[in-house]
Amino acid sequence: MTDVAVKTARPSPLALTGWDRLKTNRSWLAFWFMLPAAAFLILFLAYPLGLGVWLSFTDAKIGRSGVFIGVENYEWLWDDSVFWLSVFNTLLYTGVASAVKFAVGLYLALLLNENLPFKAMLRAIVLIPFIVPTVLSAIAFWWIYDAQFSIVSWSLRHLGLISGNIDFLGDIWNARWSVIFANIWRGVPFVAITLLAGLQTVSPSLYEAAIIDGASSWQIFRYITYPLLTPIIAVVMTFSVLFTFTDFQLIWVLTRGGPVNATQLMATLSYQRAILGGQLGEGAAISTAMIPFLLAAILISWFGLQRRKWQQGESND
Amino acid sequence: MTEMLASKLAEPKQVLTGVSPAADHSEGMSYLERLPRRLITLYLPLFIILAVLLFPFYWMALTAIKPDEQLLDLERFNPFWTWNPTFKHIYKLLFETDYPRWLWNTMLVAICATVLSIIASVLAAYAIVRLRYKGAQWVGGAIFLAYLVPPSILFIPLASVVFQYGLFDTPFALILTYPTILIPFSTWLLMGYFKTIPFELEECALIDGASRWQILTKIVLPLAIPGLISSFIFCFTLCWNEFIYALTFLSSTQNKTVPVAIVNEFVDGDIYRWGSLMAGALVGSLPLVILYAFFVEHYVSAMTGAVKE
Repeated sequence: MTDVAVKTARPSPLALTGWDRLKTNRSWLAFWFMLPAAAFLILFLAYPLGLGVWLSFTDAKIGRSGVFIGVENYEWLWDDSVFWLSVFNTLLYTGVASAVKFAVGLYLALLLNENLPFKAMLRAIVLIPFIVPTVLSAIAFWWIYDAQFSIVSWSLRHLGLISGNIDFLGDIWNARWSVIFANIWRGVPFVAITLLAGLQTVSPSLYEAAIIDGASSWQIFRYITYPLLTPIIAVVMTFSVLFTFTDFQLIWVLTRGGPVNATQLMATLSYQRAILGGQLGEGAAISTAMIPFLLAAILISWFGLQRRKWQQGESND
Repeated sequence: MTEMLASKLAEPKQVLTGVSPAADHSEGMSYLERLPRRLITLYLPLFIILAVLLFPFYWMALTAIKPDEQLLDLERFNPFWTWNPTFKHIYKLLFETDYPRWLWNTMLVAICATVLSIIASVLAAYAIVRLRYKGAQWVGGAIFLAYLVPPSILFIPLASVVFQYGLFDTPFALILTYPTILIPFSTWLLMGYFKTIPFELEECALIDGASRWQILTKIVLPLAIPGLISSFIFCFTLCWNEFIYALTFLSSTQNKTVPVAIVNEFVDGDIYRWGSLMAGALVGSLPLVILYAFFVEHYVSAMTGAVKE
């Protein structure tokens, strides 16, 4: 259809200049349309991605391009207890935070899906933590977690629940739970609102039928809501896991990886080693070591989706 | 894939108001639940979650307007309220520090990067959806994958690229690198919008002799304005939120963006720094919150669009 229309607009084959070719040939046109986006993504995304992997095999330092040293950086990291601690921290951080974000986010989405007064306003308010820049809300958390003047310690003390102030960011496990809590706080609105968007497409007649059949509210959730929501859950949780795993801002503001590397994530460790320590090669090796984890997360959710589709017997999408 | 999830997500307007064809008669059953029961199972948990979500902002705003002596004396003054608010911290922030300059930097970088990304994304999304060149589907998939590449694994090699191109410590370092985060996202979002525009409109225009460029600017773009607004404000928010690139690629104080400057410049040994820190965080968040208040629906559509695979 397109081609026919374009051909009739053409004056004659003889007067075909380069400009005409450019205007009418779809492939050429597509090339020009794709050019700006492709240029950005190749120059500043694909090339650095490759360069990062290459750097991890060199001994580059800031201001000095390195020479190829094979897997020496990785061997060095293999024996580095701080690196393994950061892997442990990252997995703990991602695992706990994502699980809680999913549970609370789904719960909040179910609550918001009810018939409520001021529904639109409530839903808009829920999203605010997601809108405010992470660093700025992290600073508020920093103040809330202050060792001496924490409002949480004060309230608990006045309720008679604790006798002394809690050292939120100074103690190893306290610091871990504190940063995980701040991350959950930041992530719940995203999960809740996207799941809510999925929930609203579930037809109410399914629920009505289930109630008539005498299903309990848990059964309704388990056998109607959850299966219908699975595809969107898979996508949302992939995003959530990816961005939690590579988190940097929150940790950097709250603890900078401390106390004694208790909250050091792979991203913060690579920043410390590469930019503050100047060891670009080693930092790049740490970042590259994150890639297999990310790929695993993407593949798991991808195959989860495929299986789902296969079960539902949909073939045309 | 795309169609599958698209049909499983509600429209943004519905998400906010709950008015949808599917939800139209959803009130039907709720009268069966009595109020006391709803109070415990619905309103109480909702209230607790909302209180936790909003408390940090209340605390931020309150700290920003509290006088210094009340800030640290939790015994003599009720910490949850203040009867004599002061604008000292905000005044100090705006007139005695480089804060306006940092705000300006952030704004400039965010607007330039967003505009660049939207132009590139409009062209790319149109080409992928409508020109349907050979391999367009693969390019679409590659763009989605690019969206999943996080900044924290790119900043080290990007730092050396930025250095090689001579962009280090200039706003251009950020204006040119932020689109790598924004283009995949907004292309993906706009592809979804362009798909909803009837192809027949374009066919008519083609028969009338319009060029592809005319079709794009006179037919497709005016119809995709909600999508453009969504991707614009969402990209703007992402730029404002970005931290690790700004932290790595900028070094001089006057070039910094708000998030980096607050973390690096305000943190000194002063025990009374909390007032100005919170004022900085509050003033830095306000532009986005105000923008959000006007475009709630577009934000929601951008967010749900981002996960429509």
